[in-house]
Amino acid sequence: MMGADISPRTPTEGCDASMVTRERGQRQVFCGLAGIVWLHRKIQDAFFLVVGSRTCAHLLQSAAGVMIFAEPRFATAILQERDLAGLADCNQELDRVAAEILERRPDIKTLFLVGSCPSEVIKLDLAKAAERLSDAYRGRVRVLDYSASGLETTFTQGEDACLKSLVPELPALADTERSLLVVGTLPDVVEDQFLRLFAELGIGPVHFLPPRRASEFPPVGRGTRLLLAQPFLGETARALQGRGATLLTAPYPFGIEGTLGWLRAAADAWGIPAARLETVTAPAVARAELSLVRQREALTGKRITFLPDSQLEIPIARFLSRECGMELVEVATPFLDRQLMESELALLPAGVRLTEGQDVDLQLDRVRADRPDITVCGLGLANPLEAEGLRTKWSIELVFTPVHGFDQAADLAELFARPLARGALLRV
Amino acid sequence: MQLTLWSYEGPPHIGAMRIAASMEGVHLVLHAPQGDTYADLLFTMIERRGQRPPVSYTSFQARELGGDTAGLVKSTIQAAFDRFAPRVILIGESCTAELIQDQPGALAQGMGLPVPVLSLELPAYARKENWGANETFYQLVRGLLKSRVPAPGAERELRKTGARPLANLLGPSALGFRCRDDVVEVTRLLDSLGVEVNVVAPLGATPEDLLRLPEADFNVCLYPELADQACLWLERMFGQRTVKTVPIGIGATRDFIAEVGRVADIDVSATREPIWSRMPWYSRSVDSTYLTGKRVFIFGDATHAVAAARIATEELGFTVVGLGTYAREFAREVREAAKRYGVEPLITDDYLEVEAKVAEAHPELVLGTQMERHIAKRLGIPCAVISAPVHIQDFPARYAPQMGFEGANVIFDTWVHPLMMGLEEHLITMFREDFEFHDGATPSHLGPGARAGQASQEPSRDTGSAAAETAVGTDENIMAWTSEAEQELKKIPFFVRGKARRNTERFAQERGILTITVETLYDAKAHFGR
Repeated sequence: MMGADISPRTPTEGCDASMVTRERGQRQVFCGLAGIVWLHRKIQDAFFLVVGSRTCAHLLQSAAGVMIFAEPRFATAILQERDLAGLADCNQELDRVAAEILERRPDIKTLFLVGSCPSEVIKLDLAKAAERLSDAYRGRVRVLDYSASGLETTFTQGEDACLKSLVPELPALADTERSLLVVGTLPDVVEDQFLRLFAELGIGPVHFLPPRRASEFPPVGRGTRLLLAQPFLGETARALQGRGATLLTAPYPFGIEGTLGWLRAAADAWGIPAARLETVTAPAVARAELSLVRQREALTGKRITFLPDSQLEIPIARFLSRECGMELVEVATPFLDRQLMESELALLPAGVRLTEGQDVDLQLDRVRADRPDITVCGLGLANPLEAEGLRTKWSIELVFTPVHGFDQAADLAELFARPLARGALLRV
Repeated sequence: MQLTLWSYEGPPHIGAMRIAASMEGVHLVLHAPQGDTYADLLFTMIERRGQRPPVSYTSFQARELGGDTAGLVKSTIQAAFDRFAPRVILIGESCTAELIQDQPGALAQGMGLPVPVLSLELPAYARKENWGANETFYQLVRGLLKSRVPAPGAERELRKTGARPLANLLGPSALGFRCRDDVVEVTRLLDSLGVEVNVVAPLGATPEDLLRLPEADFNVCLYPELADQACLWLERMFGQRTVKTVPIGIGATRDFIAEVGRVADIDVSATREPIWSRMPWYSRSVDSTYLTGKRVFIFGDATHAVAAARIATEELGFTVVGLGTYAREFAREVREAAKRYGVEPLITDDYLEVEAKVAEAHPELVLGTQMERHIAKRLGIPCAVISAPVHIQDFPARYAPQMGFEGANVIFDTWVHPLMMGLEEHLITMFREDFEFHDGATPSHLGPGARAGQASQEPSRDTGSAAAETAVGTDENIMAWTSEAEQELKKIPFFVRGKARRNTERFAQERGILTITVETLYDAKAHFGR
């Protein structure tokens, strides 16, 4: 396998931020509200109330699509003419809507008031509203607020804003204690895999943010070591650092290399010898290598372009390039958090075309000129590219599918191998 | 503020997008924040379109708000013009842009582009998607044709003798319910009457096609939700009459033919092709007897809901137990229809209210939108989709119109197949004591998921122990069912049991009966059975 160790950065390898091309123009991305689609399933006693327009409601419904069969734990308080004209007091209206939800859903323990583009433009103070409602429902429901507007957030940044709003609510960790806090939404099955590995390594206690239930808020303090499971949580990480936590620098746990590097960062912080890490992870690594063989066959030498979307582009490009032998044509990301991407950039092949931001028409011109074997893009662009004979992968699947860790490494590769296999299969 | 879990319609700028995406040579520039581009996926995923909708977004973010959003509008318009070379540019705003008041329409007019630039007013906080589509189509037609309106009093040119009358088909659009196939079916139908289609719009039309609209003798308003304003304006300005009957169902199709005959002044009694559909015979066929009086709940856009109610009652012999629409603009039509069928009209865009009404009416079939499909699934009731909002399943690979005679065939199949067949129903009645063949077992075609829903439909009542007496609280007294009466009630087919229970209790209450016995049950049955 290619580079199970994190190679030290050499001048001939790795990217640095100076090589990034910045682009501005029309962006084909979701706003942060889309994060509600996975967050509301993860935090099972939370409800997300978007204070916005009919567009917000429509976006949520369209992004969630057929994935929702049960009654959703999210809704939109749609602003109407009378709210804007000042005929109705927005705060009273919000109180009424919140009461309606909490009456309908007595099981809800945390209510998020989620700001949107219109609520921000009219400067509706949701922080104040959250404070007022928290007082009103004290002891029963915690009311928090964050903004997921397209003005402020791009797609996965919505999760960052949501988790950041939880930080002040977390209980304090005693100064004498230490713990590991894994930040970023992970499927329960992946969380459990990581818990088993941490336990075997002797790292603990381990907490997750977001928790499965709002009643299980993890503590944070000077003894907290942070591991980010997702690369788009810069604001949350900084807020946790503000509460004394220390961020462990690591690649993200995608693929064998990333997962190993990620675990190593925790092992180092706990003073666990490298040999122990190797022993504990050996069976999972062997399993992952075995299952990656087939996917690597399908992917080696294939050319891939990432359109800027989920913010997962750089770590996944690193995995596909180093562990699956893919050639990176262009890796674009909505924005580049240099601090959080430090370890990842060092692992990208030198000279890769890195783009920050988007002008979608120019970007599509490049895709048409490059004709990569596969393009990772949003749902709005996938079929038009397919119609031009280009294979695509929906980026939204990367946030809905379990893709972290050793046992999902092959599944992650398979997400990209499947469109290629299908392309080769069809004779229609 | 309005609390919304699921919504039937998007905001009005989505309607504008539907018009732009329906046409060729038209480009819409939307002043909208980052994120509003989500709407592209409606077209590329739900409708599986192979091209992006012809829409450019300004994608402004917080950093632009302090700066020059107006400059961003202009550069977006210029870039769209340079790249896509549209022959007409539409300018609109989404909800957020409306608040920052950049007046993108005025900015665009000031740019002096060499093509028509039409500015749209799409009040995002007061109106919705269909209104936006209707308004956009009207503005487009008016904008392109207003300079060609004949002087008042000018005589309309008479059709040359022997020439085939020309009709425009107005209203079919992207993301419309089965528009693609309805256009083919109605074109075929008109052709059989000797009428030629001049222009279909907006679906597939170019700006040049819209300029040819006045050449037609009359307009067919196929989808009033999208085209009634444009039809009205064309009627006023160009003296083109409007055929208003929407040909969904056998009766409506016949009425449509008659109306075309009147408006086009042609004899439609003897058409070139025989007018023929299997549907009337299938409905008269003896096996369809079991369809008689099936309780059906109908909800959708006004046009499809009203059409469905007529088909249900006159052409399939169902009983309409609920009729409603989410389209307030067309509430009047639904209210009138509801009066005809003796039901309370349901005019709401609150999904939860619709769900409550469906549960209350105990229908045996729900005809609705994708929302009602979810409701019906949860309640374990069969459902067929009759109206937008659309879902990927509403764009079938096969030819599946709703309109005309083939449309009636399609409707027969779509509505009847989810139901239990006549013989199946008899078998259930006959073998209801069989442990595997009981009424709690939902029809296999509804899938295993339906079973749970079935139980929750009447919580604790029919699932409760047979030995226990069920007490029903009313304002004045407590009414109770004897265990024998409960047992007897269970022998009534489950799909009418809820009604039987309610009728019996109402009967008992009116007579001050406190204990419902088997006798009471049959007395009530005789009473309500007339």
